[in-house]
Amino acid sequence: MADSAVHRIDARAKAIVTLAFIVCVMSFGRHEIARLLPFFAFPILIIMLAQLPAALLLRKTLLVLPVALLIGLPNPLFDREVVAQVGSVEVSGGWVSMLSIALRALLAAAASVVLVAVTGFPAICGALERLGMPRPLAVQLLFLYRYLGVLGEEALRMEYAYDLRSNGRSLSIGHYGSVAGRLLMRTWGRAERIYLAMCARGFTGEFVTGVPARFGATEWLFVVAWCVLFVVLRTQDVAQRLGTAVIGVLS
Amino acid sequence: MSHHLVEAIGLTHVYEDGTTALRDVTFRITHGESVAIIGANGAGKSTLLMHLNGHLSPTSGEVRIGEASITKATLPGIRRTVGLVFQDPDDQLFMPTVFDDVAFGPRNLGMTEGDVERRVREALQCVGVWNVRAKPPYRLSGGEKKRVAIAGVLAMSPDILVMDEPTSGLDPRARRQLIGLLREFSHTRIFTSHDLDMVLELCPRTIVLFEGAVMADGPSREIFNDDALLERCQLERPLAMQAGARSPQS
Repeated sequence: MADSAVHRIDARAKAIVTLAFIVCVMSFGRHEIARLLPFFAFPILIIMLAQLPAALLLRKTLLVLPVALLIGLPNPLFDREVVAQVGSVEVSGGWVSMLSIALRALLAAAASVVLVAVTGFPAICGALERLGMPRPLAVQLLFLYRYLGVLGEEALRMEYAYDLRSNGRSLSIGHYGSVAGRLLMRTWGRAERIYLAMCARGFTGEFVTGVPARFGATEWLFVVAWCVLFVVLRTQDVAQRLGTAVIGVLS
Repeated sequence: MSHHLVEAIGLTHVYEDGTTALRDVTFRITHGESVAIIGANGAGKSTLLMHLNGHLSPTSGEVRIGEASITKATLPGIRRTVGLVFQDPDDQLFMPTVFDDVAFGPRNLGMTEGDVERRVREALQCVGVWNVRAKPPYRLSGGEKKRVAIAGVLAMSPDILVMDEPTSGLDPRARRQLIGLLREFSHTRIFTSHDLDMVLELCPRTIVLFEGAVMADGPSREIFNDDALLERCQLERPLAMQAGARSPQS
């Protein structure tokens, strides 16, 4: 992991800020779009300050888009009331709310991906535990993260093995059950071995990240500054004010 | 008391499905010995290794490490004493970077970050892969992964090094380098392996398992010269010893 001032901030501060960000973004009304846009400043600024690989994080963030669009898909069918007019095209509330869901999902995903990139998942779990999350839950979260990777690796191997002998035929429904069952058993076995390897090196249920926990002035400043900004963005229509100011200057 | 003693006394293990993996296994390995545990597939080697680290509990009998029986109370100390290197390094390397992975054990021991860094550097330098410390483990070659897995265990400063199939999956050069590395260790060493040539080079003593029971325990060369024993246990002589026997025809 790279090292920057943001990387060195205590994981708890970053977790609190990310949580506050997500709460603010999610608290907007279902037809809100314009006021969500300034919130993109948070992940963009953190990416710049921590010198994170922007293209990679964007790709990871966009993974949530299909799911978000799927969730918002019924909205245009049920909410047909016209709420906006773009030129001669009337836009119904359903389309606006679908776009709003997609934007909020993107914002939440971007903040989460940036948090993981700038902190590391084991440190986040440690921070959540120190913030009061029960230890078994924090450890479960960490195992879930680790075993997702294991599941993915095993699935790739099975797909490769299937492709080699399938003569170009796609996986039939009849084979899905046995493949899924086999995948579960293989992943289970692999996860068991990883757990044994962890126990063999002194793991007793607590994750020690090596980064000393220190919530000092920098952390307080980080939390307070971002939270104040989020509250301002949530309560004030910054986008409209900015637009009005720009138009005023231009005219 | 020496922490380097490993003793199995009448060790028997029966799995839940009724399979008897170990039958009345008894041996004593003393300080500084290098011992191979060999046997055909399913002979019980891996089960035996799991007992040496307290991952499995005996159905009957006991395992003693440094005169202490493995119990829940002694387990943390025993896992620090016995360093277990898994056959597949992918099972052992789970942290985001090589450095973090090797540091996992020392951090669990409660060391200060300065000590952790020193231990990690020493362990990675010892196995010759300090240069890959910032890489994610899945980007390493097979030989590098094996070395990092060994470093992860060495960083805990174990008295006893237990390795499951250390040379499996390595190319000849990486295998040769690893054998050279293992030869330099002064720990008590216990290996399971099908690589009998490696056994011949590294282990003066060999324990032969067959269907969960100890069939022989003695000097490696004597065991590899006993064709009847090897035949009975579904084993063969190491290639180095076969080559000598076949040289007139070849």
